[in-house]
Amino acid sequence: MRHLLILIAKHAARVLSITLVGGFLALALTRLAPGVDEREMDFRLSDESRAAIRQSHEAERNVFRFYWSWLQGAVHGDLGISQALNRPVSELLSERLPVTARLLGWGLLTGWVLGLGLAAPLAFLQSRTYDLGASTMAALFLCLPAAVLALLFVLWRAPAPLALGLLVFPKVFRYARTLLLQSAALPHVLTARAKGLGNIRILFWHYLPPAAGQWLALVAISITLALSAAVPVEVVCDLPGIGQLAWKAALARDLYLLVCLTGIVTFTTVVAKSAADLVGETLRPAA
Amino acid sequence: MKLRRCALVCLAPLLLAIAASAQGGGQLRFCLRSDPKTFDPLRVEDDPSERVRYITGGFLMRVNRLTQKLEPELATSWKVSKDGRTISFELRAGVRFSDGTPFTADDVAYTLQRMMDPELHSATGDAFRSGEGKLLTKLTAPNKISVTFPAPVASLDEKFDQVAMMSARSPKKEMAVLGPFYVADYKAGAYLLLNRNPNYWKHDEQGRPLPYLDSIRLDIQGNRDAEMLRFLRGDIDLVDTVDPEYFTRAQTEQAGSAHDAGVALDPEQLWFNQSASSPIPAFKRAWFRSTNFRVAIWEALNRDDMARLVYKGKAQAAVGLLSPADKFWFNASLRTRPYDPQGALKLLQSDGFRLQNEQLYDGEGHAVEFSVVTGAGNKPRERMATMMQEDLGKIGIKLNVVPLDFGSLIERITRTQDYEACLLGLTNMALGPDAQMNVWISSGDNHQWNPREKQPETAWEAEIDRLMRTQASSLDPKKRKEAFDRVQQIAWEQAPFIYLVNRHALSAISPRVRNAQPAVVQPYVYWNIDRLAVNAEAASK
Amino acid sequence: MIWIKNIAKALLAAVFLASLFAGYLAPAPYAKQFREEPDAAPSRQHWLGTDDLGRDRFSRVLYGTRISLFLAPAAALLAAVLAGVLGGAAGYLGGWVERGLMAGADLVLSLPWLFLLLAARALIPLNVPPIESVAITFLILGCLGWAAGARVVCAGTDGLRNSDFALQARALGCSEARLLWRHVAPNLRPILMAQFWISVPVFILAEANLGVLGLGVSEPLPSWGSLLRELEGLTAISGKPWVFVPLLLLVASVTSFQVLLVDQEVPS
Repeated sequence: MRHLLILIAKHAARVLSITLVGGFLALALTRLAPGVDEREMDFRLSDESRAAIRQSHEAERNVFRFYWSWLQGAVHGDLGISQALNRPVSELLSERLPVTARLLGWGLLTGWVLGLGLAAPLAFLQSRTYDLGASTMAALFLCLPAAVLALLFVLWRAPAPLALGLLVFPKVFRYARTLLLQSAALPHVLTARAKGLGNIRILFWHYLPPAAGQWLALVAISITLALSAAVPVEVVCDLPGIGQLAWKAALARDLYLLVCLTGIVTFTTVVAKSAADLVGETLRPAA
Repeated sequence: MKLRRCALVCLAPLLLAIAASAQGGGQLRFCLRSDPKTFDPLRVEDDPSERVRYITGGFLMRVNRLTQKLEPELATSWKVSKDGRTISFELRAGVRFSDGTPFTADDVAYTLQRMMDPELHSATGDAFRSGEGKLLTKLTAPNKISVTFPAPVASLDEKFDQVAMMSARSPKKEMAVLGPFYVADYKAGAYLLLNRNPNYWKHDEQGRPLPYLDSIRLDIQGNRDAEMLRFLRGDIDLVDTVDPEYFTRAQTEQAGSAHDAGVALDPEQLWFNQSASSPIPAFKRAWFRSTNFRVAIWEALNRDDMARLVYKGKAQAAVGLLSPADKFWFNASLRTRPYDPQGALKLLQSDGFRLQNEQLYDGEGHAVEFSVVTGAGNKPRERMATMMQEDLGKIGIKLNVVPLDFGSLIERITRTQDYEACLLGLTNMALGPDAQMNVWISSGDNHQWNPREKQPETAWEAEIDRLMRTQASSLDPKKRKEAFDRVQQIAWEQAPFIYLVNRHALSAISPRVRNAQPAVVQPYVYWNIDRLAVNAEAASK
Repeated sequence: MIWIKNIAKALLAAVFLASLFAGYLAPAPYAKQFREEPDAAPSRQHWLGTDDLGRDRFSRVLYGTRISLFLAPAAALLAAVLAGVLGGAAGYLGGWVERGLMAGADLVLSLPWLFLLLAARALIPLNVPPIESVAITFLILGCLGWAAGARVVCAGTDGLRNSDFALQARALGCSEARLLWRHVAPNLRPILMAQFWISVPVFILAEANLGVLGLGVSEPLPSWGSLLRELEGLTAISGKPWVFVPLLLLVASVTSFQVLLVDQEVPS
């Protein structure tokens, strides 16, 4: 128990430090990129107003100072004001996170059910024809632009999480297929089959455990893949989630939003990885 | 006889009610492209906020989008002084804000003082800012006010079309409005619900209270494909600005729903970077500074093809800096420049250029090649740039199309000047020359081809400066028109901007919507929002 | 199964040769605008019809193949190699190396690299040939695309490091370098192949999506990505099935590669 708590504490410290570094790097990258406030092009504005707009961005020049002051505010719950939407970032996030969480939850479930469901028979059927068919179907969705798929879903009034699932499943399928085929060749699996064990039992007790680390890593990266796929789905389907917010923030160079959103994505990515590592370490037999 | 009179008296209210319900009730549904940034009418800068302001705001006067004439609203009459600095209003009596707070001259004074506060940096206020000094307001009666600006303001009365009155006393601040609707509910990222203002002052010709509609639902819908889909399905009632490719689809799938009001105000234009501080090679700057070069480029571009292919025929080759849609200000003596690649080549040859092996060279032997930057993701502009590549290729000029993300593009054209040519469009929210002062005055930040000149670098720019100042300081519409006609003439001759096309005002309106009269000044469809109605069966939804 | 492989070989050969000899096979230059025939349906003159500027779609598919089928796999190969090297090093060496590299992978997956691409675009001169600009974009995509695969490789290497055959090899005096190269790396090949196959279409689509921000292929040069962008839009996806040909070609090419190399993905 003590060992587990120490492990959790170590992972928590890792999550926090990487998230903080991620936020800072996002800020640095945004400042590196070209781009100014679009309002400078508004020819209704006087020269003084334009100068005021430029002045309002002066605080952003020094990334260290900006990040430090943002951190100080964040500790007190003040995540800044979004320049793109003119609203407190904390309000925006609290409204939009549940939308994305729902989309991701259902999307990942759909993606895994489809991906694993398509890959699992490969472990038993040993059929090249089935492999070709499944690979072609996965390739089709891999090659289909996310915006086109999302638009088709809008056209058919189909649920957006299913679109996300169809975007995630080809990648899950591809990795899952490889891991299953790798496991199928292992001696203990051949023995289990020879002894007449059922397919489901072989799958869960003999295929998955030897490659548990890789399966857990796949779970972790599928969350990250789903997060990035969520952006075009939310933009096209007009779901007011953080994916849509991230797109607006990127176009507007909204620093407060970008720092917070990167922090969320980094946090989610690292937590998923850490959770996978923790489970792996817990399941690993003691040396 | 008595019985007949009695029957008439009894039936009259019923008939009136039937007539009222035939016009009234129901909800109109359309979309905003993104969340409005503010409900404060004086802080409006973005398009969705502007649209909400249009629907909810109460204005002293408004430009009728159809006739393009200024009409009284909350001000029953007004008078502009001879020096153009003072405007006096007589206000409509008995008007109340949506929360019941009375509207008086105090509110006008409060609104204008706030608008002119330099700390606010209001785009609306900046339009009135013609000199240093304080705004003076004088209440001569509870419903009479005179406002004196520090310096003369051109088209002073017309500028009030953009100024929505705010209450000085209401606890609801900017949410208390004088327009036909008020914001009843707002779910960020989802929708905005506007309800009928029970205190709206206007009535129609039959004495019925306006607006006819009970409510308006504005869905936040950024994706244009999805918006069009929803219109075709009947989920929404109108699309105020329709892209040409969707216009054709609407025409095919829902006969009678697609409306082309004719050429609109907005041009698509190309210009060359003539700034001395730009990092482009000197020999290229010399090309761009040559009037013959610019005119040759203009005449080498097939603008009719651009209108036909890119805008599916829903645009026309532009004449000059104003569109013919601006009925009063457009210089009708100007004609579209012809498409004449051979004439263009002759002009270039007169400047020392020569064509050799299908490549044009300047007098010093440099191959004529330059880049044009434009906003990435804007498909019509990218398409026009591609067509320009082919057209200029025919006269031996190599054009590189460089789409850039909008923030990067603006940085290049406003700060670093690191570009050669730029293709962009202009959104004309108002009629006439006033909104374009910053563009045409040579010291202006938005004098795109050569911003912030310490003094005019050419004689024609000096002449434009003089003419723009003349028209801005004159109150005589005839004198102003003459001066601005001359500005248009010079712009046509010298071609600092190459005007490509003027788009049409395209909209899609469901047959359920009544009293819609699409105009060419934005908003195209709901400019008469208080008179729009939906059919009775739609009203019961 | 032999006949499926033969079909795959024939298809890939046809695509490869068609792109190589595009200059001879294309009925018209890819940039030429037949302005009297915009949005034309397939005909004898235009086998796949024309786009909205009247450009022959078949010619553009042929020339677009060059960009996409050479640059995207090159970028995917770079990403797979980086995933193998960095993920393998992390998994094999463990400890701080693993923690540092995987933290780096997490950051690469989370950061908005769009801004790096925008900064790169700002540094490229405006008059650079379109092919150079898109090559730089693919190079950056390749350098950034390793993170997801590296995680799985790291987990796999970690498992292989202490496996029975590795212990046996060490007991027999095998050096760590030889163990890594001769015994561990071949077992990582299937995962890296999976990473590669996923990355090829992802990078083609990424180039198309980046076109929205000015980072894709510039006009008039076609690519499969820019042709796939034609599918975006309500009017595009209804009533014009021929616009789906680039998508079908991409799916067929990716699947054909997979069919030919499927034996490489099954561990020996």
